[in-house]
Amino acid sequence: MIRNIKIALVATGIFVALWQGIVWATDARRFILPGPDLTVSTLWDSRLLLAEHAWITILEVVIGFMLGALLGISAALGLAWSGWARIYIRPILIFMQAVPVFALAPILTLWFGYGLGSKIAMTLLIVYFPVTSAMLDGLLATPRGYLDLAQTMGASRARILWRIRLPAAVPELTIGLRLAAVYAPIGAIIGEWVGASNGLGYLMLLANGRSKIDLMFAALLVLAVFTVLFHMAVDRAGRRLAKRYS
Amino acid sequence: MPPAIRFSGTARFGASPLFGSLTLDIAAGQWTCLLGPSGIGKSTILRLIAGLETGSIFDGRISADDHAPLTDRIAYMAQSDLLLPWLDVTGNVLLGPQLRREGDARDRAADLIARVGLAEHAEKRPAQLSGGMRQRAALARTLMEDRPIILLDEPFSALDARTRAEMQELAAELLSGRTVLLVTHDPAEAARLGHTITVMTETGLTGVDAPASAPVRAFDDPLTFACQSELMHLVREPA
Repeated sequence: MIRNIKIALVATGIFVALWQGIVWATDARRFILPGPDLTVSTLWDSRLLLAEHAWITILEVVIGFMLGALLGISAALGLAWSGWARIYIRPILIFMQAVPVFALAPILTLWFGYGLGSKIAMTLLIVYFPVTSAMLDGLLATPRGYLDLAQTMGASRARILWRIRLPAAVPELTIGLRLAAVYAPIGAIIGEWVGASNGLGYLMLLANGRSKIDLMFAALLVLAVFTVLFHMAVDRAGRRLAKRYS
Repeated sequence: MPPAIRFSGTARFGASPLFGSLTLDIAAGQWTCLLGPSGIGKSTILRLIAGLETGSIFDGRISADDHAPLTDRIAYMAQSDLLLPWLDVTGNVLLGPQLRREGDARDRAADLIARVGLAEHAEKRPAQLSGGMRQRAALARTLMEDRPIILLDEPFSALDARTRAEMQELAAELLSGRTVLLVTHDPAEAARLGHTITVMTETGLTGVDAPASAPVRAFDDPLTFACQSELMHLVREPA
């Protein structure tokens, strides 16, 4: 733990030094590339504004992630249950997965409006596919012996799915969740860029429009820190869950 | 009274035959050992009796002497303990009742766990147990099913010699009085445990007289030794 903190501090130090070095070397104007000192002071001065917008983005990401995961797990269970669905629905899913989700952002904004709804929908879509795909892989790969045993015990198909195949698929599921956690914030930000009245993505566009590049960088920094923390939290929870079920 | 079982028929994988026409009688309330080299089809016979997928096409008949169906009268134990890693020993022993949504069977589970000597480990996950302990837990789970017919597919073959001997004794004691089919590739195991011993080779099934004494037989008993070497010769007989 202490070693990890040390690594993080050193890495941050190198990053800040590089950043400042580029600012000095290129003599960049502050409205092109603000230095770390200016970004941090803007971060502090605008903390309330940033917190207000960050809260919205966090809400979008967390709700979208949870709904996407829930929907992905349910879809995978449905596909694992029904051979018919695997034959006819799975190709649709694969086709939809090939559509760049970002291209759907304007449509989602049209359907769900400028509020939270369209950003949650965007995040949900990004989370849904990796979760469904990982979960289904897990559900279809239950060790043969477990199924044999359950069959000789006289278990129904539904009970086998619920008490054997589902828990046995948890380690695979966590792989999908950990992957989805990396992408989830992207969904919310793209949604905000297409049309929003708050959130970090919106704030970045606004700051850009008013040439407040230091504020834009401060918002970016907040977003980066949140993304890393969110990923770490999901990653840690996922690893614990996977260990418990394997 | 547990039933006797008669298995007769042929099996093939696609066009290639797995075994020709053969008949195996499994005596009521006794241990029948089916001995043979790996890949000969003995596990397929066991899986067919259990009603499990084998990938082969079976043409024949599997019936009990009381003419009742075998389904719901069979408990199955494999070489791999098949303990679910996310459940503790108690949870694994209770798997059957849980899957069938039966009422509370915790007391009986605790009793069986104690009988296989795992009372102090009832709360442990399979990963925390040794190979022998895991197989004991699997035996308790098999007993929990309380079925008259027990199908054992080389359940002791992955254990070290001492643990294997202990497990053989424990299983013989706890499963006595039931109709047991033990599939094994170990002549010593068959000579020790079988009331009836049948050797399966490429030429078919050969019945072998088991020693007159009752199982579990001592390792150093001359009759057990004699039986074991006879079995060894039969298993090695060229096709």
